[in-house]
Amino acid sequence: MNPQSCVNIQKEWDIVGARQLGRDIARKIGFGTVDQARIATAISELARNIYLYAETGQICFEVIDNMDHKGISMVAIDNGPGIDDVSKVMEDGYSTSGGLGAGLPGVKRLMDDFDLQSEAGKGTRIKAVKWVR
Amino acid sequence: MDQKFKQSAIENSDSIVQMWMEEINSIKDGNYTASISDELFESTNREFVNVIFTSIKSQGSTKVVEDFSEKIINLGWPLSYITDGLQVFRRVTIDYILGQSVKIDSSYISDVIKSVDAWVEPIIRQLVNEYSGSWEHIVSLQRVALQELSAPLIPVMDRITVMPLIGTIDTERAKLIMENLLEGVIKHNSEVVLIDITGVPVVDTMVAHHIIQAAEAVRLIGSTCILVGIRPEIAQTIVNLGIDLGKFPTKSSLKKGFTKALEITGREVIEHEKTEENVEKLIDSLKGE
Repeated sequence: MNPQSCVNIQKEWDIVGARQLGRDIARKIGFGTVDQARIATAISELARNIYLYAETGQICFEVIDNMDHKGISMVAIDNGPGIDDVSKVMEDGYSTSGGLGAGLPGVKRLMDDFDLQSEAGKGTRIKAVKWVR
Repeated sequence: MDQKFKQSAIENSDSIVQMWMEEINSIKDGNYTASISDELFESTNREFVNVIFTSIKSQGSTKVVEDFSEKIINLGWPLSYITDGLQVFRRVTIDYILGQSVKIDSSYISDVIKSVDAWVEPIIRQLVNEYSGSWEHIVSLQRVALQELSAPLIPVMDRITVMPLIGTIDTERAKLIMENLLEGVIKHNSEVVLIDITGVPVVDTMVAHHIIQAAEAVRLIGSTCILVGIRPEIAQTIVNLGIDLGKFPTKSSLKKGFTKALEITGREVIEHEKTEENVEKLIDSLKGE
């Protein structure tokens, strides 16, 4: 297993830090520029959600290197207020903060695998994976 | 007690300096200061130890410490040089005073340590504060510099204005973009504003949202906003995110956007078939700039 690298999200500029780390890892694994942009954008969305709703949290990256395929996995964890209705936040155009409401459904479309676990009052954990094609 | 220790340390400063210099030279090797010339290292060390003694003697004279920290900061030496130096000084001085004493018990040792700590601590505190103060100063200067290149608005032609955006857009900058854009549109009486995002590394929903809002606000005051500089990978991520940018025209490059802007303002670029000499001269003189 490859070691994880994590970025703490506390300030708005930490979003940029997380994005740059993720993009660097993606470049090293061998993703093309379009996928790099997709991964960076997905990180940006997840990190911004942490900053906006939970205030603090963490994003961890991991390189997946199986026999047949390689990829990058990112896990965003926070102990924030959690999500009341998971199916609703996955709808396009739903936002509680006056945004576009495209963040989470967008991340799902940008990445290959997407998994969201959330408990109201306890926090949220989102895992997303992108495979090298 | 404290006065007695101080007296003894000051009287025997030569031997303490000697011991200190030996120690500090031994930690130089394979350390941060390895690339510094021996002469400079030697002379700075002498100055450093003099500063320590002056400060101990005068008790709270901060001027010498201030000057010295400024010098070290200008030399670009790491903070660890200062903290290491003072740790070594503390160790050496305690060793020396204990070595000179005949009767040693635990309370005596603790008295010595307490006294020496009380001399060294204010110096450490002041030097570290000076150091971090200088960093904070640099950071605040850079923040101001960053803000200055935040959201410039360039009137390129009568009724046409360009706003090139470079770098990450955060909430603060998004606000500035909106303000500058609206203010500039009124001031320059522009009919078309081109927002160029060639230099924006990532367009996520937040950035897109701010751009949409800015474009909408520009539309409300009667002008048209054209989004240009959309790179192919950015176009794909925008589509993946499901963001609708259909309310205002978008173009791949500033050049195409500018042609569109000319069209909107009822103008076009006409190339002369016969290149007159004075036109060529004019172009040449422009190129030279």
